[in-house]
Amino acid sequence: MKESPVIEIEDLHYIYPSGVHALRGVSLTIYENEIHAIIGQNGSGKTTLAKHLNGLLKPTRGRVLVLSKDTKKLSVPELSKYVGYVFQNPNHQLFNTTVEKELAFGPQNLSLSPGEVKERVMDAAKFFDLIELLRENPLNMSYPMKKIIAIASIYAMKPPIFVLDEPTTGLDSYWKLKVLEMVKKMNHEGYTVIIISHDMWLVTECAERITVLWNGEILKTDEPTEIFREREILEKTKLRPPQIALLARRFGRDDILTVKEMEDYILSRVSYNLLQP
Amino acid sequence: MSEGEVVLEFRNVSFRYLTGKDYALRNVSFKVKRGEFIGVIGATGAGKTTLCYCINGLIPHHIAGYMKGDVIVCGLRTRNHPPRDLAKKVAIVFDNPEYQLSQPTVMEEVALGLENLGVPREEILRRIEKALELVGLRGLEKRSPLALSGGQQQRLAIAAGLAMAPEIMVLDEPTSNLDPMGKDEVFEVVRKLNKESGMTVIMVENEIELLVEYADRLIVMDSGRIVLEGDPRKVFEDVERILSLRIKPPQVTELTHELIKKGVKLEGIALTVEEAYSYLKGIMEVGT
Repeated sequence: MKESPVIEIEDLHYIYPSGVHALRGVSLTIYENEIHAIIGQNGSGKTTLAKHLNGLLKPTRGRVLVLSKDTKKLSVPELSKYVGYVFQNPNHQLFNTTVEKELAFGPQNLSLSPGEVKERVMDAAKFFDLIELLRENPLNMSYPMKKIIAIASIYAMKPPIFVLDEPTTGLDSYWKLKVLEMVKKMNHEGYTVIIISHDMWLVTECAERITVLWNGEILKTDEPTEIFREREILEKTKLRPPQIALLARRFGRDDILTVKEMEDYILSRVSYNLLQP
Repeated sequence: MSEGEVVLEFRNVSFRYLTGKDYALRNVSFKVKRGEFIGVIGATGAGKTTLCYCINGLIPHHIAGYMKGDVIVCGLRTRNHPPRDLAKKVAIVFDNPEYQLSQPTVMEEVALGLENLGVPREEILRRIEKALELVGLRGLEKRSPLALSGGQQQRLAIAAGLAMAPEIMVLDEPTSNLDPMGKDEVFEVVRKLNKESGMTVIMVENEIELLVEYADRLIVMDSGRIVLEGDPRKVFEDVERILSLRIKPPQVTELTHELIKKGVKLEGIALTVEEAYSYLKGIMEVGT
C-alpha cells in the first residue's frame, strides 16, 4: 500500500496578477512512489498547478505541502531538491555545450563534491543510455533526444518527486515507448512521478491514479478505469479515451484500457472452434 | 485545371544538408493528383520535414545543401522558382504556431502574405473574410493571435495560407503541440478543405489513428526513402513491417493483428473502432 503522502494540496486557489482565477479550490494528495497523471485541456489549470509543486507559483489561498513542508516557506532552489521539474520544451531547459555538462549542472548546484557530481552524471547517463553521447552537444541533437536529456539532467539531481510536463508531446511512437519505459523504471526505483499530459495512451499505460482538471477545478481523482468509465467527465473535458476503451465499451466492458487487456478478454471469450488449428 | 491532374511531382529527389553526414532524402519519387489527401508518416529523422521544405522551395533556395533530382509544383520546377513564386501555389503550416504567427491581430496575420504580393486592398479584405470563414475564425479578426488557443492558432496559420489561394496545402505535424480538442479542430478544418473545396493536402502526422480516417493515401518514410505507399488499408496490412519502421499502428489494428496471429479467424485487420467492432461482434456472440 502506498500511504505516505509526498504532496498535499489543500483548497488551493490561484489568481494571476491579470485577474484570471486559474485554480479554484484544488485539493489533492499524491503518495510516495505513485505514478500520478494530471490531465485536462489547455487552460484547465494543469501547468498552474504544476508550478505550485516546484514553487514557481505560491498559493493565493490554501496551501501546498511538499514532503510535509509548506512551499510558501521554501525557496525555488530549496524545493528543487525535492521536486524535479522537466519542462515540455527541452529547448527551454538545455543550455550546456555537452551532455556531460548538462547532466553535471544540477548536481553541482546541490553543492556536491566533484566525485559525487561525477557519480551522479554516470548514474544518469547509464540510466538513460547516454554514455556514448556524453561529449556531444545536446543542442545539435534530435528533438526526442533533447527530451530524454532534459529528463536525465533532472534525474542527476535525484529528487524524490518528478514532474514531467507533456513528456511525449511531439514524439513519434518509438520515442513515446522509450519515455514510457523510463517512467516505469523510475517508478520501480522508488521515485514518485507526476505526469502532466494529453497523451491518453501514456496515462493509461502507466498511471496508477489520474486527476482530471477542468476550468481550475478537479472533476475527479481515481484509477484510470474509473476515470474513463465516467462519460460525463469525458464529455465535459473533451478528452478522447483510447480506441481500445471505445471498443471495449461496445462489448459492455468499461474496465479495459490497453491492447493487451482487450486481447486477453477476447481470447477468453472466443469459442475454441473459431481458432484456426 | 482538371481533376486527376498531377499538381506535385518528385523526380528522384535526394537532399543532403550542408552540415549533414547522410542524405536526408534519398531518391524520392512520387506524384500527387489534384484533390488528394496524402498522409506522410515515419519515425523522427525519416525525412518528412525535409520533404515539406522541398515542396515550398525552402530547399534548394534558402536551406544550404546538395540537391539532386527535381520537384515540380503545378508545372513549376522549384529550382527555377523562388519561394516567393511558389507561395502562390503552396501554403505551409508548421508544428509550432508560435514560430509562424507574427502579427498583432488575426486580420493582419492573414493579410501579411497578400500585402507582400501587392494584392489590392479590396481583394485582401475579401480574401481575409473568406479564409477566416473557412477555418471558423470569423468574429476574431481583432484578437491577438497570442490570445488564441493552440487549435485556433493553427487554424489561423491555415487561413493565412489559404488567403494566398494556393493549390496545395502542406501541413508538417500541425497537431503535435495541441491538446485533443485542438487536434480535432485542425483535422476537421483540413478535412473540410479537402472534401468541400477540393484542396490538395499533404499532411505529416504522428496522430496515426486520426490520419488513417482522413487520408486517401499514405506515404511511409524511413531513412530518407519512401518505403511504403498506398491507401491506409494496404499500408497497414503488414503490421510487422509498420512496427519495424518505428510506427505505432492504430490500437485496433494492433489488436486485430495480434488476434489473427494467435489463430483467431477475423475478416481482416481493422483500422477503426467501428470496423474492429464489426469484425469481433460475430465471434464474441458465441458463448457470451
